[in-house]
Amino acid sequence: MPVTRGFTGRRDRREAARTHADRIPPGQYDAGTEWPSLTAEALPDVGPGWTDRWSMTVDGLVDAPARWSWAELRALPRSSYRGDIHCVTTWTRLDNTFTGVSVDTLLEAAGPTAAAGYVMAHSTTGYTTNLPLADVTGGRAWGVWEHDGRPLSVEHGGPVRLLVPHLYFWKSAKWVTRLELMADDRPGFWEANGYHDRGDPWLEQRYQGDP
Amino acid sequence: MSAAEPDAGTAGMAGTTTAWTTAWTTATVVEAVREGDTSSPRVRLRLDVADRVAHLPGQHYVVRLRAPDDYTAQRSYSVASDPADPLVELLVERMPDGEVSGHLHDVAEPGDVLEVRGPIGGWFTWDGSVPAVCVAGGSGVVPVVSMVRHAARLGRPDLLRVVVLAKTWAALPYADELRDAGAFVALTRENLDLPDGSVRVAAPPYHDEVHDLLDHDRFGGADEVRRAYVCGSVGFASYAARLLGELGVRRDVVRVEQFGVTG
Repeated sequence: MPVTRGFTGRRDRREAARTHADRIPPGQYDAGTEWPSLTAEALPDVGPGWTDRWSMTVDGLVDAPARWSWAELRALPRSSYRGDIHCVTTWTRLDNTFTGVSVDTLLEAAGPTAAAGYVMAHSTTGYTTNLPLADVTGGRAWGVWEHDGRPLSVEHGGPVRLLVPHLYFWKSAKWVTRLELMADDRPGFWEANGYHDRGDPWLEQRYQGDP
Repeated sequence: MSAAEPDAGTAGMAGTTTAWTTAWTTATVVEAVREGDTSSPRVRLRLDVADRVAHLPGQHYVVRLRAPDDYTAQRSYSVASDPADPLVELLVERMPDGEVSGHLHDVAEPGDVLEVRGPIGGWFTWDGSVPAVCVAGGSGVVPVVSMVRHAARLGRPDLLRVVVLAKTWAALPYADELRDAGAFVALTRENLDLPDGSVRVAAPPYHDEVHDLLDHDRFGGADEVRRAYVCGSVGFASYAARLLGELGVRRDVVRVEQFGVTG
């Protein structure tokens, strides 16, 4: 591909890319402390009293569907992720701390059947995203309600957001309330609209047709 | 910048299922027109895209810049042109210290070759088949301009009702074109002289101003609106979605494209 006439790039971005070569995937830039928020619809109404209505469900191909209220979810063993997140829009945010519950804990309660190979995450808004089961097990995925010690804001997916930090961030469904275990993969919202089914940032799996 | 894109957002409906792939290709800059004032500098790029795939109004392109040592930076920009336009038009708002927008605004010239990929996005699109309401703020008007141009070419400008907001006339890309196409323009920081000689005092749109736009034979009122597009900053998108809701537009018909940064 051609070199762009007159382009050298921002010195700080180049430096960050060099310093954090093992942490900033190809085509991404270090967004520093900025945390862009991008959504496809209006933010959900999290009005007064939502904690009474909120619940998290794991169902589909499981031994027994499991459901937690807001209080029950927060009473589960806590688990934190410290590290980086990568959005397909090319920003990468280093050194985040998210706290919540490991998806392993949720899945253990419901017991995925042997046929379960994929997960569809569902949000209150109707947003969906599909993931191989292997990508949300083994301590690699969380349901989180805190970021850097503060409650996760609605614009960033609070009260509870799925966190799958080793994949592009559209896989980390905001406002998640249901994990559906499936035998076969099927596209979620952005995946049906041109984005990659897996979304590994290190392979630059941004759009359908990428490796 | 009109960066489109998915975060782990929302969306009630199963979007259109479009199986397509887009590959990186090259685009030659045919025109680079600097616009706006010092508070809202921007550049309008007209590109001749090699191996071009036709877009739908509302879609975007990724532009990638490459340094001699192969360092790259890429960003997404909404398309402003009609699909039938032989060139692809992007409107790039120059962001403070913008690595890509700064280059495109300050350096890019006709004859330059850029790497591009697109069109992208199967959700925030309008194919000209359904009546729709558009509410856009600042550089968020860009995809709406593509829709307006598309409607005009189809001979169906009546299909779109457009409301646009900006702080000032100079800060509104395509201001003259949007006004001439019948868009309702609300400026929040300066008064606006209207064609009939009256003056609209600086303010966001009042309910009755927007309500009158929807209360039309084509829509039969706000609750009959089957498609609404909202595009703008994070704060703007929340405001616009709320405005539509208060007018009676159903939440599940609203498609949002928002961009911006929170701390």
